[in-house]
Amino acid sequence: MANLKWWKIAAIVLVLYTIIAGFLMPVPTLPILHESIRNLYFHVTMWFAMIIILAVSVVHGVKFLSKGQRYNDIVSSEAAKVGILLGILGTTTGSLWANNTWGAWWVNDAKLNGAAISLLFYFAYLILRSALPDEDKRARVSAIYNIFAFTMMLVFIGVLPRMTDSLHPGNGGNPGFGGYDLDGNMKMIFYPAIIGWSLLAVWILSLRVGFKVLVEKIQNN
Amino acid sequence: MRNKYALGGIFLYVIATVYTSYLSFKNIIHPATWNALFWIIMLFAAINAISKSFVQDSNGRQLYYYTILKPQTVILSKMVYNAILMVFMSLLCFAFYSVFINYLVQNLPMFLLSLLLGSIGFSSILTMVSAIAAKTNGNFSMMAILSFPMLIPFLITLIKVSKLAVDGIDNSVCYPYLLVLILINIVVVGLSYILFPYLWQD
Repeated sequence: MANLKWWKIAAIVLVLYTIIAGFLMPVPTLPILHESIRNLYFHVTMWFAMIIILAVSVVHGVKFLSKGQRYNDIVSSEAAKVGILLGILGTTTGSLWANNTWGAWWVNDAKLNGAAISLLFYFAYLILRSALPDEDKRARVSAIYNIFAFTMMLVFIGVLPRMTDSLHPGNGGNPGFGGYDLDGNMKMIFYPAIIGWSLLAVWILSLRVGFKVLVEKIQNN
Repeated sequence: MRNKYALGGIFLYVIATVYTSYLSFKNIIHPATWNALFWIIMLFAAINAISKSFVQDSNGRQLYYYTILKPQTVILSKMVYNAILMVFMSLLCFAFYSVFINYLVQNLPMFLLSLLLGSIGFSSILTMVSAIAAKTNGNFSMMAILSFPMLIPFLITLIKVSKLAVDGIDNSVCYPYLLVLILINIVVVGLSYILFPYLWQD
């Protein structure tokens, strides 16, 4: 523990706190949701962490285009992969929750479509990378696609779901979670959970980037 | 006109697809199906028409463009050309589709507006994606993989607004969707304008 940086310790503490308190602390008893409301700490937080990691990815993409540093390309592509992992986790937890509350594993909902399309974007990003053998060209072209993907994703998950009915809280006349059922106890876990999972995602990213940098070093020698 | 055969090929593609749909469906009376089939035909016609916009230019011509033109000029002019092409193609497709399949549109001006915005959107999204896909040595499946995530939400919005037009719903209901279509167009054109120079530099 001694040589861990402070934010890694914070990540461990907050994620442990989320898991322990998330399953044990009292939650409001609501019809239909019942105890499944605890999924809030895992499902919703995944999307927050995903957006943060994908923002890191696009920022490093822009940096690569302006400066041309190899390191930025590594961070950008690894962040996209971590973002995909979080996206898959968010979809899976959401699917479990949907089956419990809405009665189906997948429903035709604006937010689900947005999530599916975001994942499609980043899978396409990875395929594009694998189709470009030249390193510099790969970095440049994929950075451009990355910027496209992120901007369009913001439009699709930020604008489109607000225009249609959704089963999710906060859309189509449904009140948001903050409105009535996120009581003080839940906020005490929800906000730390967002920070905890995001820090954990950054940790995974830093490990992957460190590994990639080492591999490149060995290959170049 | 440099490539008359390409232009003719695209128009023939549209007509053949509409005729095939006519032979398989005979007549569609259900507005939702009518509308969805129309836009799916349009989608694939657009991908076919625009996917070659960069690959078809020989290296020599690309180098020539590179020396005399600003990259922004190249991407914008290709987008405008493709948009005009798409507008004509969509009108032709609509005419044939109405004759062979059925004509169910109750609010024609709104439908034509959605046709116009759809053509411009298809052209700007696909032109930029084809520029990216051209970097992978003209891999056709790459074009589909890269463009579908962008096209699907655009297409869904387009289908919604044109369905409203087909049903003859009041214009005021359609405005938010039209705004989204315009927004997506502006975002795509703006990003292409900024990013294309980086793509062009080799």
